Amino acid sequence: MPHIALPEGLPGIRGAMAFRPATAKPLNELVEVLLFGPHTLTQGERELIATYVSSLNDCHFCQSIHGAIAAAHLGGDEDLVKRVKADFQHAAISEKLKALLVIAGKVQRGGKNVTAADVEHACSLGATDVEIHDTVLIAAAFCMYNRYVDGLGTIQPHDEALYRERGKMVARKGYVEGSKDYLPAEAGAR
Amino acid sequence: MPHIALPEGLPGISAGFAFRPETAKPMRELAHILLHEPNSLTPGERELIATYVSSQNECYFCQTSHGAAATSYLGGDDVVKRVKTDFESAPVSPKLKALLAIAGKVQRGGKLVTAEDVERARREGASDLEIHDTVLIAAAFCMYNRYVDGLDTWQPRDAGMYAQMGQHLAEHGYLKSSR
Repeated sequence: MPHIALPEGLPGIRGAMAFRPATAKPLNELVEVLLFGPHTLTQGERELIATYVSSLNDCHFCQSIHGAIAAAHLGGDEDLVKRVKADFQHAAISEKLKALLVIAGKVQRGGKNVTAADVEHACSLGATDVEIHDTVLIAAAFCMYNRYVDGLGTIQPHDEALYRERGKMVARKGYVEGSKDYLPAEAGAR
Repeated sequence: MPHIALPEGLPGISAGFAFRPETAKPMRELAHILLHEPNSLTPGERELIATYVSSQNECYFCQTSHGAAATSYLGGDDVVKRVKTDFESAPVSPKLKALLAIAGKVQRGGKLVTAEDVERARREGASDLEIHDTVLIAAAFCMYNRYVDGLDTWQPRDAGMYAQMGQHLAEHGYLKSSR
């Protein structure tokens, strides 16, 4: 049972967002820019970073839904998502993405862990300043989303089919559009 | 030197915000709602939660700037210092102590918050919304702190600058840059 009276029937972050639409708005807008909007990193790559950080934070809901969204962007390749979570250095992803995942993993443990050598390595593999900035911010943001979801004791179903279906929808519509089915039309009541 | 080419002369998070206005906008809005807009918790209390979490994360820029905002609301920095070192013995309400205990758990990991922690806060008069906002303030500062330190932003040691910044934040909130 959640720690506070969240609206029923909405798992994970959706229950929390429906409880407080005013904060849901910037939370959805931030993730929309970071994971869904136009970018030199693909949507699949950015979702893999979010999934990896959520798995390091051991947040079941976030790693399941973002893993499902990543798979939806990657042609349904759920195996690749599992490989990235288990051992990304041996996964079939670019060397640049591996270097960015190293940075994301350091940020997850604490921002000060990122070294100049980590950043130089990513740059030598073609990462731009915006890509490094966004990797740091995706990792930092998921240290927020994961704590928000777990800290309220939200309902987190163990049903892969549920995440797979929702993942396809979010991969298609994004976060702001996808939030319209659980947020009131006029957000900002509280 | 910052890890990427951030605009020069801007301290801490303001350099990250100037580098990437698209992400700055929702991040500013979130802080503004959580810390500045009307709430049953005073802005001073909410700044103390933000300062405490930033100090647990050892982020110099964030704990100093939000500590300065809290100081500006509270009219002195004694409470801020005591909350950072040992909030259970600080001169703050029992309700705020219970909320700070929850914030401290969230900082270490969301799953650490227990039903007992939440019951204690309720017993001291905390509402569901106050508990929600405490969890989200603590979670959000785990983001802001990592963002500021993860980019290795410029974090000057200049008490006067932070005092000015704190006063500006207390008066105007978070939607626009102070410079």
